Amino acid sequence: MIEREQVLHVARLSRLKLDDDEVSRLETELSSILDHVDRLAEIDIEGVEPTSHVVPLENVLRDDVARPSLDRDVALGQAPDPVDGAFRVPSPQAEG
Amino acid sequence: MAESDLLAATAAETAALIEGNEVSRQECLDIWLERTAADDLNGYLWRADAESAVGSVDQEAQDPVAGVPLAIKDIFCTTGVPTTAASKILEGYRPPYDATAVARLASAGVPMLGKTNMDEFAMGSSNENSAYGPALNPWDRSRVPGGSSGGSAAVVAGGLAPWALGTDTGGSVRQPAAFCGVVGLKPTYGSISRYGMIAFASSLDQCGPITQDVTDAALLLARLEGRDEMDSTSTGIEGGIALPSAANLNGLKFGVPADLVGEGVDPGVKAVFDRTVERIEGLGGTVETIALPHAKHGISAYYVLAPAEASTNLSRYDGVRYGQRASDRDLASMYEDTRGDFFGPEVKRRIMLGTYALSSGYYDAYYGRAQRVRTKIVDDFNSAFAKVDFVITPTSPSVAFGLGEKTADPLTMYMTDLFTVPMSLAGIPAISIPAGMATPEEGGTAMPVGFQIAAPAFGEQKLLEASFALEKAIAFDNGGGRI
Repeated sequence: MIEREQVLHVARLSRLKLDDDEVSRLETELSSILDHVDRLAEIDIEGVEPTSHVVPLENVLRDDVARPSLDRDVALGQAPDPVDGAFRVPSPQAEG
Repeated sequence: MAESDLLAATAAETAALIEGNEVSRQECLDIWLERTAADDLNGYLWRADAESAVGSVDQEAQDPVAGVPLAIKDIFCTTGVPTTAASKILEGYRPPYDATAVARLASAGVPMLGKTNMDEFAMGSSNENSAYGPALNPWDRSRVPGGSSGGSAAVVAGGLAPWALGTDTGGSVRQPAAFCGVVGLKPTYGSISRYGMIAFASSLDQCGPITQDVTDAALLLARLEGRDEMDSTSTGIEGGIALPSAANLNGLKFGVPADLVGEGVDPGVKAVFDRTVERIEGLGGTVETIALPHAKHGISAYYVLAPAEASTNLSRYDGVRYGQRASDRDLASMYEDTRGDFFGPEVKRRIMLGTYALSSGYYDAYYGRAQRVRTKIVDDFNSAFAKVDFVITPTSPSVAFGLGEKTADPLTMYMTDLFTVPMSLAGIPAISIPAGMATPEEGGTAMPVGFQIAAPAFGEQKLLEASFALEKAIAFDNGGGRI
């Protein structure tokens, strides 16, 4: 069972603004999904290695040679508020 | 050549018409652009026009498929062309580079018809999570086309594109292909570069063709697969991909996972599945029961792993470098407002689920356990493939459901991917081919039913050969026409 406080805590961790309706809906929905997921606890996983990558891969290496990347103006071209060759954001010091 | 012949042709047939000088590459593109302009399925989020398609018909291209235009899921970055992953957060975004899959097709001389509708960030099984409204199923417009590559499947089935690109994380190529009566192939994880594909769950995401038949799927895969230095997880299929030509299934063994394909399958879907099993036997193949004891836990493991990876991948949408920004009050509010205002409900749900599963105190109980269950599922497939060449299931437990029918209950929606998720977790190739029609449980128009065949990792060629032989037999049983 997921409590309202947990939903709010996870929303803070996720940097997600949620309105009251969303918080109540997520309490119910996350609880029901996690109840289903909890069936995984029935499976014996003693001594089983976790899978993080399904296809066997050796290290993938290339020569350490500098190459051009995206042009700065191109990289800034899609930003909501580019200024003087940088991404402008509110000052972190101004946080309440 | 009549225009209607071109619009009804498969990609391979279109290539032959171009080769035989019955239509020029430019005429072919013009006819298709006119056709896509009449999109009444909400299949495209952006369509090319005569102006934007300038230069896309390459007269110098030597590839036989040059000039056969293609629709591309809106999850692939396309230089200068709007790319949103059907999310409001990326509205107006025009990437400064092409995804490798897109670049490879462009260099083969394949023009892009447009960007297709999808579930937001590929999260969904019905296309109803698109911020731009769902695509419609061309067989019955009151039903979903499936998701998340619903737009790609709808435009191919609805005659709005000869072929299309989709992506599959837990079944997003195969399930919409099944719902729309076309072919959908998810190749082995890593066999097509993910570079420039907007990331959802990186250990599962895979590009795949959505086509009218198996031959076209092979044609497309051959041009997409292979190592790419921009994606360190990409590999190559040994020996490449040849056009399939098998006429029978002599000596091949097919396994039905009895513990997966049981209750919960609609009778109409089960009947088509059973009939297809008989066709396999009629073609010289043998069918036996196998065990995949952990596959039924695939959905549970998937809904820990995929949201966990999504919550990390989607942290890049913060209103700083691209996309939209909601407020400018202070830094934390800018992040929270931007993400809160522009992400849709399903995306928020999965970010929350993933962040929870990765948070302090829950990591081992959820993420660590799910990764170990994934190992058990991989081991099950390895044991199965020691006995049989292929694993077969219906692609989805039901035919396409009605718009709005499952939106209120996320868990019920998630269960529609029961048969496709295990193959995604194991990283193995799997294809859905149209196998027949079934009337929905509640009545109404008969809808297409997909048949799923899975093979061991990098077994694409064998998979295509078997699907090709079966496809021919199914068409023959139906009187030789397309379903």
